[in-house]
Amino acid sequence: MKTVIINYGAGNIKSIQFAFKRLGVDAQLSKDPEAIEAADKVIFPGVGEASSAMHMLKQSGLDRLIPKLTQPVLGICLGMQLMCNHSDEGQTNGLGIFDVEVKRFSKAVKVPQMGWNTIHNLKSNLFHNINDAEFMYLVHSYYAEICQETIATSHYESEYSTALKSDNFYGVQFHPEKSSLAGERLLKNFLNL
Amino acid sequence: MLTKRIIPCLDIKNGRTVKGVNFVNLRDAGDPVELAKQYARLGADELVFLDISATLEGRKTMHDMVLKVAEQVNIPFTVGGGISSIKDVDDLLHCGADKVSINSSAIKRPELINELADKFGSQCVVVAIDAKQIDNEWMVHLAGGTIPTKHYLFDWAKEVESRGAGEILFTSMNNDGTKSGFANEALAKLAETVNIPIIASGGAGTIQHFIDTFKIGKADAALAASVFHFGEIDIIDLKKELKKQHIEIRL
Repeated sequence: MKTVIINYGAGNIKSIQFAFKRLGVDAQLSKDPEAIEAADKVIFPGVGEASSAMHMLKQSGLDRLIPKLTQPVLGICLGMQLMCNHSDEGQTNGLGIFDVEVKRFSKAVKVPQMGWNTIHNLKSNLFHNINDAEFMYLVHSYYAEICQETIATSHYESEYSTALKSDNFYGVQFHPEKSSLAGERLLKNFLNL
Repeated sequence: MLTKRIIPCLDIKNGRTVKGVNFVNLRDAGDPVELAKQYARLGADELVFLDISATLEGRKTMHDMVLKVAEQVNIPFTVGGGISSIKDVDDLLHCGADKVSINSSAIKRPELINELADKFGSQCVVVAIDAKQIDNEWMVHLAGGTIPTKHYLFDWAKEVESRGAGEILFTSMNNDGTKSGFANEALAKLAETVNIPIIASGGAGTIQHFIDTFKIGKADAALAASVFHFGEIDIIDLKKELKKQHIEIRL
C-alpha cells in the first residue's frame, strides 16, 4: 500500500510522517500529481493561514487535482478547512469538497483554541474502536460549522464539525498525529478504509 | 470540553536535561528523548523543551534532539531558547517541533512576533514572558530574571497578543524555584488582559498549587519541571485530583 502526504509547503508534515512511521508505515512526501494520483491513501495536511495555503495549492495545480481524487483522502487541520467551500481566514474560497463554511471563533472564547478537547457524535469507520468523548489535540482559530457531512463534533463556544466526510474525502480538525494513542488509532483506521 | 493542560518543562543543555532552581545550581535529570516518551505515556498533555546551551555546538544538538522527539513522541511539544530569526523557527518546525517559544528576541525586536505569525501562523508562536514584581509593579526581565527591561508585564502581554502571539508562557521570577505556588494574582489579571491561552509557570510545589492556578489564576495550562522530574508529583495522581476538583482534564 502506498500512502502519500501532500507536500505543498504548508505546515509541519514531518510529524505526520513520523506518526505513520510509528505505525510501521512509510508514508512519502510528494507534490507530484502522478505520485499523488497513484497513491492508495492520501493525506492532505496544513498548518498556517488559509488564503496563503490556498495560493500555494493553486500555484502547483493541486487545487484542481485534489477534488478529483478517488482514493481515501484525509485532510488534517487547515487541510480539512481548505476542503470546505469558503474560509473567513483571508476570505478565500476552498476546494468545495465539503459543503460548509469556515468561520472564526468569537471573542467570547480564547482564540486559538489550543489543547485537548473531546469528540462526539462519531459517525464513520474512521472512528472504529474510538469512544465517544475521546480526547484529541486541536489548535485552531477557525472552525467548520455543523452540516450534513459532519461525522464528529466538538464543543468550543458552540458545537462545530471536528470531522467531515463526503464520499472518499475525510477531514479532521484535530491533529491525530499529536493525539496520543487515540490519534494513532484513527490513522490506523484511515489506512484500513 | 477543552481541558486544562499539564506541561512538564525540560531544560536542555548540550542535549541533556537539566533543571534550574531559580535558574542556577543545575542538576541532571536524564536523557530528554526518554524523559519525553515517559511523560507522554504518563499523561502529560504537552511538553516544553528549553534550550539553555550557551554555545553554537550545544544549539546544534538541539536539532537532533527535536527530530528524535518528533519521531518518538505522540503529543505536541514546544521548543524555546535562543530563537531569534525566521530561519531558526523554520529549522525547528522542519525538525518536527509543533510550536516555538521566543523570549528575549521578542523584546529586542517585537516585529519578529508579527513576522513569525505571518509566516507560520499564530498557532505555533508562543511568547515567553519572565516577569518580576518590584514595588508592586510586574516588570518583564531577561536572561533568567537577571536583566530588567522597561516593559510592564500587562502592557507587554497585550502587545505580543496584538502582534500575533498564539499563546503566552508567563513565568513569575518571584515564584520560580520556590515551590510555594504560582503567581495567581498576576495570572488572573493576565487572563483578563488578553484573549489568548496562558501557560502558568514558576512555583509549582504541590497538587494544591495546580488546583489554585487553574481556579484562581485562570490559567489554561500549568508548566513545571522539578516536581515532575524528581517524581515529587505524579502526573496521573495530579490529574485525578484536578478532576475531583471539577477541573476539566484529559485522563
